[in-house]
Amino acid sequence: MPVFYGTEIQSRLMLGTAQYPSPAILADAFRRSKAGIATVSVRREAGDDQAGQAFWELIKELDVALLPNTAGCHSVREAVTTAHMARELFDTKWIKLEVIGHSDTLQPDVFGLAEAARILTEDGFEVFPYCTEDLVLCDKLLNVGCEVLMPWGAPIGTGLGLNNIYGLRSLRGHFPDVPLVVDAGLGVPSQAAHAMELGYDAVLLNTAVAKAGDPAAMAEGFAKAVEAGALAYAADPMDARDMAAPSTPVLGKAFLE
Amino acid sequence: MKIVVNGAATEVQATSLEEILDELGHGGAKVATAVNEDFVPAALRDSTEILEGDRIEIVAPRQGG
Repeated sequence: MPVFYGTEIQSRLMLGTAQYPSPAILADAFRRSKAGIATVSVRREAGDDQAGQAFWELIKELDVALLPNTAGCHSVREAVTTAHMARELFDTKWIKLEVIGHSDTLQPDVFGLAEAARILTEDGFEVFPYCTEDLVLCDKLLNVGCEVLMPWGAPIGTGLGLNNIYGLRSLRGHFPDVPLVVDAGLGVPSQAAHAMELGYDAVLLNTAVAKAGDPAAMAEGFAKAVEAGALAYAADPMDARDMAAPSTPVLGKAFLE
Repeated sequence: MKIVVNGAATEVQATSLEEILDELGHGGAKVATAVNEDFVPAALRDSTEILEGDRIEIVAPRQGG
């Protein structure tokens, strides 16, 4: 099972808490997902509304580790300040660091990401960087102190799956001992299984479950997929080949006209 | 004095961040704060004086992906 900054998590599925039809469905999805980590965020709170307080009560009942994010931050300063507010609110050193570089694709600003990761690591945070599969960037993130990498599969919320299999496989090959998480872009469980078959340690998703017709059933589907994919990777899959090869022995076949 | 709270112009009587949170209905709530884009830890709210025109952010736990 994946180990993040010395903490072993009993699931390869990390699940977001946004966009569910209702709090009850969110809770049901988490139960069936068996996710060990929930991502959360911080947002403005009005004194006459107190929506955040109700959410806090709900999230405490899930009995999972919390991974706050800096979603929506477009600058290093904004991300760093948000991370500090999240650390105080959720009482955790973990931060899913997002520094967004483009509003259409929501792809990371890789330069700002590396700088923010350096600052936050020096401030005592344990950074989970939402990054691309760029090898040079990932090397830089490790050099500034990150101990986990979270490359995207595809842009957030698209459901397109794993857009760059070569890049993801390459990352696994170059960093065999670093926990790797495919974060974002997954739409269906088979894509999560594929990520596991590449040797990834976990997947992080939200929209694929929350926006499914039956979020709780989809959550269970993803739970089974990550288990299946991880088993397959550990079992050392056969090599693919272009030519057919009969599985049934030819020797002993009856000669019939 | 006039300050900006979560992007909205707001008139407050109190002058410390702690008192302003109380005045705005956040007393005892699980919130985190920043003043003029800098994080202010809960332990420093009482001693943080707010000036006319300052920008305060008050955030709470919320759903996220």
